[in-house]
Amino acid sequence: MSGARTEAAAGNGRMAQLVGWIDERFPLTSLIREHATEYYAARNFNTWYVFGVLAMVVLVIQLVTGIFLTMNYKPSAEDAFASVEYIMRDVQWGWLIRYMHSTGASAFFIVVYLHMFRAMLYGSYKNPRELLWLIGMTIYLALMAEGFFGYLLPWGQMSYWGAQVIVSLFGAVPAIGADLVEWIRGDYFISDITLNRFFAFHVVAVPLVLVMLVVMHIMALHETGSLNPDGIEIKQHKDSRGIPLDGIAFHPYYTAKDLVAIVIFLALFAAVVFFAPEMGGYFLEHANFEPASMLKTPEHIAPVWYFTPFYAILRSVPSKGWGAFLMVAAIVLLFFMPWLDRCRVKSIRYRGWTYKLALGVFAVSFVALGYLGLQPATEKVYVYAARVFSALYFAFFLLMPFYTRAEKTRPVPERVAYHAGK
Amino acid sequence: MNTTILQPRARRMLLTVVAGLLAAGSAVASGGGALADHANVDVGNVASLQRGARNFVNYCMGCHSAQYVRYNRLAQDLGISEQQLIDNLMFAAQKPTETMTIAMRPADAVRWFGVAPPDLSLIARNRGADYIYNFLRGFYLDPTRPSGVNNLMLPNAAMPHVLAGLQGTHEAVFAEEGESGATHTVFREFRQVTAGQLSPEEYDQFVRDTVAFLAYIGEPMQLERQRLGLMVLAFLLVFGILSYLLKKEIWKDVR
Repeated sequence: MSGARTEAAAGNGRMAQLVGWIDERFPLTSLIREHATEYYAARNFNTWYVFGVLAMVVLVIQLVTGIFLTMNYKPSAEDAFASVEYIMRDVQWGWLIRYMHSTGASAFFIVVYLHMFRAMLYGSYKNPRELLWLIGMTIYLALMAEGFFGYLLPWGQMSYWGAQVIVSLFGAVPAIGADLVEWIRGDYFISDITLNRFFAFHVVAVPLVLVMLVVMHIMALHETGSLNPDGIEIKQHKDSRGIPLDGIAFHPYYTAKDLVAIVIFLALFAAVVFFAPEMGGYFLEHANFEPASMLKTPEHIAPVWYFTPFYAILRSVPSKGWGAFLMVAAIVLLFFMPWLDRCRVKSIRYRGWTYKLALGVFAVSFVALGYLGLQPATEKVYVYAARVFSALYFAFFLLMPFYTRAEKTRPVPERVAYHAGK
Repeated sequence: MNTTILQPRARRMLLTVVAGLLAAGSAVASGGGALADHANVDVGNVASLQRGARNFVNYCMGCHSAQYVRYNRLAQDLGISEQQLIDNLMFAAQKPTETMTIAMRPADAVRWFGVAPPDLSLIARNRGADYIYNFLRGFYLDPTRPSGVNNLMLPNAAMPHVLAGLQGTHEAVFAEEGESGATHTVFREFRQVTAGQLSPEEYDQFVRDTVAFLAYIGEPMQLERQRLGLMVLAFLLVFGILSYLLKKEIWKDVR
């Protein structure tokens, strides 16, 4: 069908001449074929499969709104807070741009967390997609760096003290800790100098890395092909023309389907931007409406919600050094998923109860740690709960080689299950 | 001294519940004291905002600025003319295009009060409308304080009770609670000592108007944002239906 479409386009006189002219100089038509009209994906994608494209939508929102914010934001300790309020009050549509950017930050993590969980549900990280997973994890790291650098820029109390807490964690590195912290800040405390360099990282360095990694992620995906909720390689069953029997062209089928998902996502996004931009103090923290003051420590310092699962792990350990080590380990372990998981069956649909249970425990632990990281550390019961959930979080990874080796799986079908419904 | 109504543990639990409710995107709450009453401000009530603006420039702006708020934007949003603005709300030699700054220098303020009075542009977003409402109704006589008053919401506040002429003065009644050895002080009630120019109901309304104004200046575009939001969602609904029909049409040959 897509072949017929291309031929029809080719017959279109001037347009065809132009495309022909370009194709002799740039692989336009072959790129479109390779990545859209002749990229075949399984027909049975469910809702879990929309979060990748949604992450790209949020990336574009962040890049575009970020450019416009940069036009009026002033990266100096003296002016930063006031320039944000200037954007909110005096710049035409500045408030909308700023709320889209602040909501986009949280939305990015929501869709990325769901995207990663999709991979864990259906085994998207397994052979031959290990590199795809590693590139994705690197994107996640870059995203955390981007969120961290960006959070200092409004120069509110929580920006300042949140950055203070996180930067001081590098002091836990043996021997060079104290010097390292000073080197990162560029000063003896979080100052104008720190703000300037964080601004540079936030608007130039990390976005550049992010965009390159996203391109690599998509290239790696299109090399192996997308997996599906049944965890079956559709390339194993092809027709006489070499097209997977269970595959449909990404364009127009999945572009049309993703469009519906994008509109639904944008409606939810707009609901937050226009009706609850602070999201009850989780997307924009109340304490951050007060300018940064190095003389006034807030009663309760908590990072933004998307860092709190790891923050809870850090706080659950009495020693700062071990706490920081475990926090890093909690992220690093994710990289090893493809090798920790010894089970050959990919999709949770055909895996045994052990992995289902373990993944459930992991999901509950992650959410619980996120909640606990937002609570004041003064309450003993929160600390003990964080210890329990941290232990479960690590157990999921460290015991994985054992509980997945002897897993009782169900037979995986040859072809994907798809019911054209409705 | 513990002047809160609830025990710390109970308060924290309450705040957790409140935080959960806030996730639905309703009101705002933060701060040290117990939120006894709700401000129930209506930022859409222009008359209330106008009264609040009058209260703010007459009673607050001696010490507190609103340095991000532009006078002419205020006039525009509150439905008053530039002349009305100059006659009623602007007392210093400023232009309507300027922001609500004050003459008192922070260094002087520190010398006189111990702290510089905070700028109030964002106080409602920082502490929440309910907090300010209870703060302005929480002053009580305390001879141990330099200003002669203390505050239930912000113990040992440096701010004097500038509204005492309107509210009158009160003393606070505290009681000891709990078993011996583990007692704590809890607030019981206020008792009027001297009457003010306003009745208690009038004073509450005065404070409510002022807080409504502070809630408005915290986010001047909040009503516009909600109006625009409805149009955006209406557009997305139509676009969503069309995109769904498009998807259905394209997918009809997929089996």
